Amino acid sequence: MPRLRRRAVSLVAAEGVAVALGGRPVLTDVSLSVAAGEIVTVVGPNGSGKSTLLRLLVGALRPDAGRVRRASGLRLGYVPQRLSLPDALPVTVRRFLSMPRRVDDAAAAAALARAGCDGLAARPMQGLSGGQTQRVLLARALLDRPQLLVLDEPTQGLDQPGSAAFYRLLEELRAETGCAVLMVSHELHVVMAASDRVICLNGHVCCEGRPAQVAEAPAYRALFGSGTGGALALYRHVHDHAHDHDHGHASGHAAE
Amino acid sequence: MTLLDGFLARACLAAVGTALAAAPLGCLLIWRRMAFFSDAAAHAAVLGIAVALIADLPLRAGVLAAALAMALGLAALARGGRPADAVLAVLSHGALAAGIVAVALVPGMTVDLEAYLFGDILTTSRTDLAVIWAGAAGVLALLAWRWQALLTATLHPDLAQAAGIDPERERLVLTIALALAVTIAIETVGALLIAALMVIPAAAARPLARTPERMVAVAAALGVVAALGGIAASWWLDAPTGPAIVCAATALFAATLPFGRRA
Repeated sequence: MPRLRRRAVSLVAAEGVAVALGGRPVLTDVSLSVAAGEIVTVVGPNGSGKSTLLRLLVGALRPDAGRVRRASGLRLGYVPQRLSLPDALPVTVRRFLSMPRRVDDAAAAAALARAGCDGLAARPMQGLSGGQTQRVLLARALLDRPQLLVLDEPTQGLDQPGSAAFYRLLEELRAETGCAVLMVSHELHVVMAASDRVICLNGHVCCEGRPAQVAEAPAYRALFGSGTGGALALYRHVHDHAHDHDHGHASGHAAE
Repeated sequence: MTLLDGFLARACLAAVGTALAAAPLGCLLIWRRMAFFSDAAAHAAVLGIAVALIADLPLRAGVLAAALAMALGLAALARGGRPADAVLAVLSHGALAAGIVAVALVPGMTVDLEAYLFGDILTTSRTDLAVIWAGAAGVLALLAWRWQALLTATLHPDLAQAAGIDPERERLVLTIALALAVTIAIETVGALLIAALMVIPAAAARPLARTPERMVAVAAALGVVAALGGIAASWWLDAPTGPAIVCAATALFAATLPFGRRA
């Protein structure tokens, strides 16, 4: 049982954060924290504010209320949800790795190899497959020797073996470098296996805790259903949001 | 080289200086899908000239102020969620028309606005030349200084912000550089043709480049070739110089088309 979480240093934390985009409230009163070395996954239905939450935490968005704290000097590697590069902008994988900080060829080659995509350096970014793009984005994030990797649906568009391999890679990286991982995922079965902690989001934090605890939480079941049907329920469930608001339930367990 | 007597040599140097400053700006505008922004800035420059003439201010100060005001106005209006292309079109056409009307309404004003729309590169003076090269050096130095940040912000604003870069600030840098370039070039290539000298060589360079820096270098080379080729053609054909330069650039664009591979 990982018991060090409460003492561990918080790398990034949201405190009572609220955001509205285009006049619509996306997040309300969200508080969470990611400690050094843990793998935290954010799950939630479409439109539940997962990407918005990640953009807040990496500093790409400012909260309307509350605040985001980052450990001073935090080295953060961010892998955004989609990389839609303008076609008019020619850029090779090698050149992309040097943005914005220039890195030498050896460092670039090492990062590509570690992310499992060596040999791509000379290729244009726009010609990569979805899986290759995700790995190149990961390689770029690794160049800064991050203490925290933030990934927004990194396995979107990958097939099952591909996404399983990607999650294995993340676990290896955590084991090697001790970096924390915060990601958004739709793949509940993988999440449950690969995460230390799961945060269930639907505009607010519905529940959080270790995967097994969250899976039992009423709030989570209301969102995703129960048992093996959970993964499918994610895509089917109705946004009636009539589940009980006993938010403290699962997190109370987790903190013990 | 009997052709290179004084005024022609100065025209060539003016065109080359403008083309060099225009190349990286044109690339950035194309990458950001803001190609028509150069039009808008140039149109604002016409309004700036009108205001400067009426208020008896230095022309270049009026142009610089108007181009900057246009860019900042665009940024402010687009932030309010209005469609950027519509705002751009309104500001662009509005500024051009307002400039023409302003000059016409002032009694006793005998200004040939056409001279500023099309420029007259053959009358470039030594002072003009100094302004152009100093301005071009300023634009290039500013862009070189901010290059990595500008490029990252252009590529992906979120990645830039995660790396501590403020995309709004970089947009402001680009805006200032653009206003500066329009200001130095207005009396030579003219307001309507500056935009062409920025965007056409950059568009022509795209199929020939695999990295951003190479695209800028190729755009600069093509811009210089278009400038010198246009001046040569205008000399031999007795055609207006500014439009001849843009025709030459357009011909180069057509020539590089076969190299374009559709990804």
